[in-house]
Amino acid sequence: MVDRTGTPLVEMRDVSVSFGGIKAVDHVTVDLYPGEVVGLLGHNGAGKSTLIKCLSGAYSMDSGEILIDGKPVDIQNPRDARKYNIETIYQTLALADNLDSASNLFLGRELVTPMGFVDDAQMEAETRKIMGRLNPNFRKFADPVKALSGGQRQSVAIARAVYFNARILIMDEPTAALGPQETRMVAELIQQLKAQGIGIFLIEHDVHSVMDLCDRASVMKNGQLVGTVNVDEVTDEDILSMIILGKNPAPATA
Amino acid sequence: MANANETGPSGARKNIFKTLEFDTRLLGMIGAFVLVCIVFNVLTDGRFLTPRNIFNLTIQTVSVAIMATGMVFVIVTRHIDLSVGALLATCSAVMAMTQTQILPSLGLDYGSALMAPVAILVGLLTGGLIGAFHGWLVGYLTIPAFIVTLGGFLVWRNVAWYLTSGQTIGPLDDNFQMLGGIGGTMGETASWIVGLLAVAATCLAIIQARRARIAHEFPVKPVWAEGMLMAIAGVLILGFVATLNAYQVPTRVLARSFEERGEVMPEGFTQGYGIPLSVLLLIAVAVVMTLVAQRTRLGRYIFATGGNPDAAELSGINTRLLTVKVFTIMGVLCALAALVASARLSFHSNDIGTLDELRVIAAAVIGGTALAGGLGTIYGAILGALIMQSLQSGMAMVGVDAPFQNIVVGSVLVLAVLIDILYRRRTGDT
Repeated sequence: MVDRTGTPLVEMRDVSVSFGGIKAVDHVTVDLYPGEVVGLLGHNGAGKSTLIKCLSGAYSMDSGEILIDGKPVDIQNPRDARKYNIETIYQTLALADNLDSASNLFLGRELVTPMGFVDDAQMEAETRKIMGRLNPNFRKFADPVKALSGGQRQSVAIARAVYFNARILIMDEPTAALGPQETRMVAELIQQLKAQGIGIFLIEHDVHSVMDLCDRASVMKNGQLVGTVNVDEVTDEDILSMIILGKNPAPATA
Repeated sequence: MANANETGPSGARKNIFKTLEFDTRLLGMIGAFVLVCIVFNVLTDGRFLTPRNIFNLTIQTVSVAIMATGMVFVIVTRHIDLSVGALLATCSAVMAMTQTQILPSLGLDYGSALMAPVAILVGLLTGGLIGAFHGWLVGYLTIPAFIVTLGGFLVWRNVAWYLTSGQTIGPLDDNFQMLGGIGGTMGETASWIVGLLAVAATCLAIIQARRARIAHEFPVKPVWAEGMLMAIAGVLILGFVATLNAYQVPTRVLARSFEERGEVMPEGFTQGYGIPLSVLLLIAVAVVMTLVAQRTRLGRYIFATGGNPDAAELSGINTRLLTVKVFTIMGVLCALAALVASARLSFHSNDIGTLDELRVIAAAVIGGTALAGGLGTIYGAILGALIMQSLQSGMAMVGVDAPFQNIVVGSVLVLAVLIDILYRRRTGDT
């Protein structure tokens, strides 16, 4: 059970984002504790991706604040987010197709030799090490990532987050493009990361994945937060009705 | 394709080129180049592949080749630079004016040893600043590079005209002219030394790369394959030096230089030109640019941004600043090319670098740089420039009419890209 007595790892308070008059995110507040997985649910366009992109630095919010370990932080771009050990695995897999997996894993944070040149051999060795842990079947170290399958690409993206000791991990539909076996791999990985005290925001469409993987679920509709529930206190139908009707289940509002 | 890769070294379909890990695209280009040389050699009754013509071919290629290496970075990041010829003209004008008017007015006399270095520095600064300005317009103000450099094409061509009032500016400083080609060569001994050093450096690089792979327990090529690579590199480098050394300085030129020193030329004295300094400059540019492309963060970010700009941005790469850097490099290289081009003429002329933007882009594209971004090599661009120049001067030697020369060069450009598209489609390498 997640301990929610201390300071939350992340708090996004009263966040609003609008695009040309449309409120994509309308005064939303969510939080995340260490070792917790919080699912963000909602229809397409409900605002969950937009909300989370404020945390990963891809968008900047119009109003509201973000607190990490209880301290307000200013996240203007992805570089700022990395500074706070926030790692994001994007739905569209932010990989450069023309580079190999090691170059992608270390993109923006290359290992360098004392001379200041990139140390490809060292990076490949580290990549082999971490891939051996995450996805032992991974072999294509020399090929550009465009030659990889969806699952292999996903494991490169996850390896990137794991390697750099993320404290806060954002996963945008991590299993959407994967087969059953690869989905299982990601599920196991999430349990591993949880055990290490990493907080995870999981953006999901699939209610069953949320029931399996998450501790709490925050549901959004039309840019507004419908509510946040403890997953083991509600049923699939409760969450579905939150998504579709925008109605809170009567008793258990966390 | 994918399976062949996964089975790895035990795969059945392995040939010698795979073992050597040769780039098949590079082999294709070398093949095309050799074909062009052989055809022209036959058509000119053996005049094309003489030391003299090879010497001339290399010094004619330098200016465009230097700029083509920078164009690779520009195109890899999904931009284009149409202004390089005009930028070359402005840099050339600035350097010429510095030597003939500005420095003399500051009391630095013609013939001073400071003249060439100061003029070159001013030129490089000019190129770098203009390039950075282009990069800022493209990266920060998000004006498409096509538009910025199309404007730059008109602006800088005419800034050069305005600065010089359209006049030819010269003669340029003697030391400055050394970088033009035949006016500054290394002589035979120094050329052999440079050649041997290059061979040693190549072998050392191959050995070190192998050591690094062994240290991390990665698979390595068989020893004979590494040895063969070293042998091929050695033969090519030393063969090139031997060819340039075989081009003899005309006897009367030698006799005159002896007379100037008050000596008498011994009977039967001969001397080869050796490597021109401009070619040495190109080689240095090629080595530095290749190192930047393959061994630095900057190079890694350039290719990552070309492959997927969003991924690069989300990985924390400052892609705007990167654009400024790429265009700054392009500007500095334009200044270097201006140095070589004007030194070769021994003066600045108003039409210097005209149409060079098209030659440079063509060289990069023939050399395998994909306009879609993310793909391209420095050596490919230089080879592309060499192929273009070979076609041009080969046709001139055969006596093809000027309009047909350009028709052929234009067609070859389109054909080269078509072949590249077909090749990529076949290998699934879109």
